[in-house]
Amino acid sequence: MAGTPEVASAGPLLEMRGITKRFPGVLANDNVDFDVRPGEVHALFGENGAGKSTLMHVLYGIHQPDRGTIALGGRPVRIPSPAAAIAMGIGMVHQHFMLVPTLTVAENVSLGLKSSRGPLKDLSRVAARVEELSESYGLRVHPSAKVWQLSVGERQRVEIIKALYRESRLLVLDEPTAVLTPGEVDELFAALRKMASEGCGLVFISHKIREVLGLSDRVTVLRAGRRVATVQAGEVSGEQLAEMMVGRHINREDLTASAVPGRARLSVKGLVVRGDRGTEAVRGVSLEVRAGEIVGIAGVSGNGQRELEEAIAGLRPPAQGSVLVDGAELAGRPSGAVRRAGLGYVPEERMRHGVVGEFSVAENLMLASSNDPALLRRPGFLRRRAVRARARELVAAFDVRTPSLATPVRNLSGGNIQKLIVARELAAQPKVFLVAQPTRGIDVTAARYIHERLRAEAAKGTAVLIVSEDLDEVMTVSTRVLVMYEGRVIGEADPRHTTREAIGLMMAGVVAAGAEPARGPGRELEAAADAEVV
Amino acid sequence: MVGWAVLPVSALAALAIGAVLILAFGANPITGYRALLNGAFGGSYALASTAQKATPLLLVAAGTCVAVRANVWNIGGEGQIVAGALASTATALALPGLPGWLLVPLVLVVAAAGGALWAGVAGVFKAYFNVNEILSTIMLNLVAVQVMNYLLSGPMVNRSQSFSVTGLIPQTRLLSSRSWLPTLVPGTQLNLGVLVALAVAAAVYVLLWHSGFGFRARAVGLSPEAAAYAGMSVRRTTVNAMLLSGAACGLAGAVLVFGSISHRMVTDGSLTGFTGNDGFNGIVVALFGGLNPAWSVVSAFLFGGLLVGGTAMQGATGVPTDLVTTIEGLVVVFVVSMDFLRTGARLRQEVTERGGDGDLPARARSRSLVLRLARARV
Ligand SMILES: Nc1ncnc2c1ncn2[C@@H]1O[C@H](COP(=O)(O)OP(=O)(O)OP(=O)(O)O)[C@@H](O)[C@H]1O
Ligand SMILES: [Mg+2]
Repeated sequence: MAGTPEVASAGPLLEMRGITKRFPGVLANDNVDFDVRPGEVHALFGENGAGKSTLMHVLYGIHQPDRGTIALGGRPVRIPSPAAAIAMGIGMVHQHFMLVPTLTVAENVSLGLKSSRGPLKDLSRVAARVEELSESYGLRVHPSAKVWQLSVGERQRVEIIKALYRESRLLVLDEPTAVLTPGEVDELFAALRKMASEGCGLVFISHKIREVLGLSDRVTVLRAGRRVATVQAGEVSGEQLAEMMVGRHINREDLTASAVPGRARLSVKGLVVRGDRGTEAVRGVSLEVRAGEIVGIAGVSGNGQRELEEAIAGLRPPAQGSVLVDGAELAGRPSGAVRRAGLGYVPEERMRHGVVGEFSVAENLMLASSNDPALLRRPGFLRRRAVRARARELVAAFDVRTPSLATPVRNLSGGNIQKLIVARELAAQPKVFLVAQPTRGIDVTAARYIHERLRAEAAKGTAVLIVSEDLDEVMTVSTRVLVMYEGRVIGEADPRHTTREAIGLMMAGVVAAGAEPARGPGRELEAAADAEVV
Repeated sequence: MVGWAVLPVSALAALAIGAVLILAFGANPITGYRALLNGAFGGSYALASTAQKATPLLLVAAGTCVAVRANVWNIGGEGQIVAGALASTATALALPGLPGWLLVPLVLVVAAAGGALWAGVAGVFKAYFNVNEILSTIMLNLVAVQVMNYLLSGPMVNRSQSFSVTGLIPQTRLLSSRSWLPTLVPGTQLNLGVLVALAVAAAVYVLLWHSGFGFRARAVGLSPEAAAYAGMSVRRTTVNAMLLSGAACGLAGAVLVFGSISHRMVTDGSLTGFTGNDGFNGIVVALFGGLNPAWSVVSAFLFGGLLVGGTAMQGATGVPTDLVTTIEGLVVVFVVSMDFLRTGARLRQEVTERGGDGDLPARARSRSLVLRLARARV
């Protein structure tokens, strides 16, 4: 949908041939061919661990391929480091940003570049250019704002502006939309389309089929390190793409079969929680989750969800209010006590909070049970064999794909890390299961698997509370949806009898569900039905 | 890949620069280093002296392993050695009549408690009031030395020594022979302290990698956020790591008193007069040993050899003592900067492989001992 025919017919901007990259125990890329033409958006699609990031890391000079060649604009090149890649006009937006939080936007953009004024800083010139770029691409951001003050979406804009500033010809975006709100995704896509129309080549990685088909011109599907197919986005359906990805037919995900809810297991009353900057982030939230229910909290991030989660999990003492798990008061109790009372918690930032990256798979699986008598010998010594046995069991039960139990968790792919965390938390048989962003950055099959687990858990009588920015997810999994806005729960809906638009409006702060979407102040949201493929 | 090989290599590089310096003083570096090796490892007496010198280094290193693995930078080995020594010396002075089988274990336990207490102060300050432990432990070092100077020249001083021109030597009287650490090999200085240190190193190893506490300490050290999320008490772990670390350093204090030739506590009024800088050298030993107590045994022995052999080298070549100290310092600087480079390489690797997390400079700071020390000094 982007590039004009004449541009697209020009020789490829990038040509990767026969790329092979092996890590201990895994063949991450196996003889992969990949090319990008000027003016096109080329999507990479595949399961967690299929090798998408690895291929792009080879392109960006982070990894050296074991075999294969790279050519830029027809010229064979060797890319020894990211610095070299940048010099060759390649830009990359990682899922985790590489910005210095204490510097301003303009300072971050100019970091590592030669100043036009020799040894002196030329920040005013940089700022002017940043302003210009942000204007013409619709990437709103203030050049003199400090990065730590910015939202995740704004930080990502800075990363893209950085690439634009360096006049990158080829921009790689590794799961850029995983952290964005629907409105921000629209803005991002507009900017990317403009870049493509100017002849830039874009590589786009996403697990959301809707986005892949909507944005890209071609799609390359990877499976277990191999290239399965490269297709025109206009010529495949979502189902076909998903089938190519997993290599077999998959069925449509069932909508929630709601169990009859039992007694209230989690009740939160009048909770007030302060955020990091001292202001009230949660301003009087009351909610109840009954046994067998899956309650979804929808909302644009930054409306108090994180503080609410942390207060429930005992990681942030609330200023007021109470949190009851099966009738036991837990407000203000430390996280260890909250866990013992029966709370399982999957945090939003899995690499930062959910696992210790340097620890092995087995160690991470026992992270919350270092006091468990089943794993200890008399004076507090670990029973290594029991630890390994339990880990082996969980890895098998939750299909965590890892070369071994001793592999450091940071070498697993995102989806497998998430499965590991869910496995660990469910192994403790929680009474209340709190899950933030259950499937962010996770491929379709793994996401579905996690959804099934959540349903199974609810069916066993656990109270499940999920917090997610992904409206599709909230609508498919929950039996009841609450919408959070500016620290309050401003609405409740039954997902079977509510439209995506109505909830989208509530997320934008419009309480009257059912109002006409076009008139609301919120951004227009795409209809659910058209692209909900799997 | 940057492996552990860099450590021995960096030590050798430091020795090579040392050779140039020895040449500059008109001496033959080969003669010098041969004398060093001979003095350190040639024959049973030399080996025993080296082991003797390595003992307090190993104890401090073992303590450093526990603390740093839990991300508590205990730079207070000096003060904790002094605290342990003072507490155990006072015990031995007060109870000279106890039988040896009781007195020796008692002074060891009291020394460990004294060191733990001194370190615990910094631990509590860090855990509950967020006071930088590097600053507080360094400050507590100074306090400990002043307390020691006061006690050894006042309340605990040996009054029956003959007056010299400069006044009383700050030292206690000869301690009851029942409190002495028994000699292992007759005719050498090798005493029970060596076994104590080896046992502590072994215990620390088991603790860190085979116990629930060690698991929590390492988790807290690698990711306090993930540890807190998993229900661990970061505060309690911090304090406990500091207590254990201080206990090991306190034991080093007892070894310096009850395993010494003089069998009394003696200083010279300077900051390192009693400890001989063991509280700082032990940290380097731990870093050289990769913060692993098993490798620290090897590294303590090598460092002990360097210190013992340095004296022999001086005797053989006639180079000034300062040169020997300089070479020792060079080894320290090389080893520590290699540690720094390795930290940087590991962080870079982490960031490139997995995207890392945004706040790279802060994490680099928190992992590099050099930068942490530099920050503490300003
Ligand atoms: N530095 C590394 N060391 C060892 N194994 C690695 C390393 N980086 C990636 N891998 C492995 O290589 C395989 C491919 O990983 P990669 O990150 O490329 O997957 P991906 O397609 O980007 O997955 P996701 O969608 O989850 O991001 C995985 O099995 C992963 O565990
Ligand atoms: Mg990836």
